Amino acid sequence: MRLDVVLRVVVKLLLPFILVFGFFVQFHGEISPGGGFQAGVIVGAGLILYAIMFGLDLAMRVVSVRAVEKLVCLGVLLYMGTGFAGMLLGGNFLDYNVLSYDPIKGQHLGIILIELGVLFTVAGTMVAIFYAFAGREK
Amino acid sequence: MISTQLLDQLPALQVCLPLAGAALCALIDRRYIAWVLTTLISFAMPVIAVMMLIQVMTVGPISYAFGGWEPPFGIEYRVDVVNGFLLVLISVMGAIIMPYALRSVAAEIARNKQAWFYCMYLLCLAGLLGMAITADAFNAFVFMEISSLSMYVLIALGRDKRALVAAYQYLILGTIGATLYVIGVGLLFAMTGTLNFGDMAERIVAVEQSRPVLAALAFITVGMCLKLALFPLHVWLPNAYTGAPSVATAFIASTATKVAVYLLLRFYFSIFGAAFVFEDLPVTPILLVMSVAAMFAASIVAIFQGNVKRMLAYSSVAQMGYITLGIALATPIGLTGGIVHLFNHALMKGALFMALGCVALRIGGCRLDAMAGIGRRMPITMAAFVIAGLSLIGVPGTVGFVSKWYLALGAIEAGWWWLAFLIVGSSLLAVVYIGRVVEVAWFRAPTGTAAEATDPPLSMLIPTWILAAACIAFGLDAGFTAGVAAEAADALFAGLRQ
Amino acid sequence: MNGLVSSILEHYNQWVTIFLMVAGLYVVVARGNMVKKLVGLSVFQTSVYLLYISPGKILGGTAPILIDDPNAVYSNPLPHVLILTAIVVGLATIALGLGLVVRINEVYGTVEEDEIFERSDDE
Repeated sequence: MRLDVVLRVVVKLLLPFILVFGFFVQFHGEISPGGGFQAGVIVGAGLILYAIMFGLDLAMRVVSVRAVEKLVCLGVLLYMGTGFAGMLLGGNFLDYNVLSYDPIKGQHLGIILIELGVLFTVAGTMVAIFYAFAGREK
Repeated sequence: MISTQLLDQLPALQVCLPLAGAALCALIDRRYIAWVLTTLISFAMPVIAVMMLIQVMTVGPISYAFGGWEPPFGIEYRVDVVNGFLLVLISVMGAIIMPYALRSVAAEIARNKQAWFYCMYLLCLAGLLGMAITADAFNAFVFMEISSLSMYVLIALGRDKRALVAAYQYLILGTIGATLYVIGVGLLFAMTGTLNFGDMAERIVAVEQSRPVLAALAFITVGMCLKLALFPLHVWLPNAYTGAPSVATAFIASTATKVAVYLLLRFYFSIFGAAFVFEDLPVTPILLVMSVAAMFAASIVAIFQGNVKRMLAYSSVAQMGYITLGIALATPIGLTGGIVHLFNHALMKGALFMALGCVALRIGGCRLDAMAGIGRRMPITMAAFVIAGLSLIGVPGTVGFVSKWYLALGAIEAGWWWLAFLIVGSSLLAVVYIGRVVEVAWFRAPTGTAAEATDPPLSMLIPTWILAAACIAFGLDAGFTAGVAAEAADALFAGLRQ
Repeated sequence: MNGLVSSILEHYNQWVTIFLMVAGLYVVVARGNMVKKLVGLSVFQTSVYLLYISPGKILGGTAPILIDDPNAVYSNPLPHVLILTAIVVGLATIALGLGLVVRINEVYGTVEEDEIFERSDDE
């Protein structure tokens, strides 16, 4: 336990940066390479790294299994909701143009909402898979 | 105004409602709410599908551009007679099974997993509907995997521990099948530069004789035949059907393999073109041999099964043989027979597996020796079983007769008299295995748990009987099914190229 | 002989694809260990990613993001999008497969296929 003190300190220092980088990839993904998938994996990897270093119990206290499951569903629902919103506003499913008074603004809004849904789902799924396997022995 | 707008959105709703419903089921995680939600959505599906089919029959094919991106650049959903018919079939089966599911799932699946069962059921439904409705080759792959992955979970939820191994085997073979399909699509994409079915059909003409296109045809054929369990590639099917919970078996057996058949038809007739596939290449003899082998080998294996569920699973392999036989004939009448059998087989296998689910609810299993005398204790259930069984044999007046009639006509029209005899001969094998069950269930004294069994609650009986009655109704009046199937066959032969 | 060698070298990406495809499929068929089968399946799926990606890359082409240079050559973005989806599908498949193997190991106490079939036959 004492031997990995370096790792623990480094992980503690790194974690905020990992999460910030994840959100950078997320929100910058609209105009440059990146997006929900990559951001979701980065955020998920941050949580998994925390779980590996500080133990599953502690990680599950930060983000519980139930919370992860809900996160996955919420992400999908956010994605679907954006699609249905486009439908209700007179466009086709996932039509972003109608989301705002200005089609370009609508595209911005739509893609950010969609990618946010993807972020939730991907991050949630990564952590859920990790929990499912790591928590098995008990 | 609102209504026409809603009408335009039907293709998207068909797939998106169950997808959103699946997420909601998992989010709420309460089994009754999940059941109510799943029932509501699965009952909305046939309404949407029938409205679209009516629109297709009166106005013509529906095209829906996803996200407002016009095809061939965006993903297109396209409904014509062929997949409109299939959508009706899948959604009707999905809806009929739901009232039945409440009691059956409660009995067979652990409490805390029931909401997830409904979540997976809706995902599977969405995947199958998506595969049928999409006009994009890669999108079809994604939906195929959505339906397959949820199907693996549905199977693994079975009580028997062998269900796990069955799900694993299906996962391996199903993934290989889907991957082979993607390889084929990748080769076509490299040659034509498009994934849209209609666009691909137009561009493929120029490169038809090139080697990648031939390889693509081979990959897609083998991949889809794995998914539809054509005879030598059927090994995953019996274990999967036997291990899965009754509701899952009834649903998967009546829909999953059918969608794979549809995709194969779509590629053969709409994209590659019937002339290229059946006249330039020896697809007919290959499919013919495997179909006939399926009809006989699988039926013979079915006779020797001790578990009725497994027996019916082998019978499914045999019945798939009839459907591929219809494709192999490659004539409008033969194809009509294949498509009608697609529909009819779903009805009768649905009824049979649901009747077995009722038996499993009462005696806890489907072993033939445990079912002795069950017909006297559960007469209404087993009567439905007998009707659907007669239909499987192809007795006149049932749906099985209609499809075999068309297949035999197609065979005779092609000049293959022997094939018509083989169709009749393989039906005799069905007499043997259905007869075995009838003999044990009705003519032996009830013993053990079977002696105390009673007919299941109405929520299970009524759906079973709806399907059994449909076996008779569509057998006596084949106008609707055969009519639509004939139109679908004509549409397939006409192709997508305008 | 020279022609053969150069034709192999020119299409080396496809040879790699084919090798991975066949190797993966072989592992799936030949191994009895359920985890190894999944590894083979993963290799098999990966070969498909290459099949899609490698023809999409244009030598000298840049990432398909609009830049001001009118003469810019872009790689085809579509295969990447498709394969991103396929990777997610593959991930889901492997995760589910491994999940099933964990459950099988808990129930049967082994992940060797022949041992499992022996135990199933006993009952």
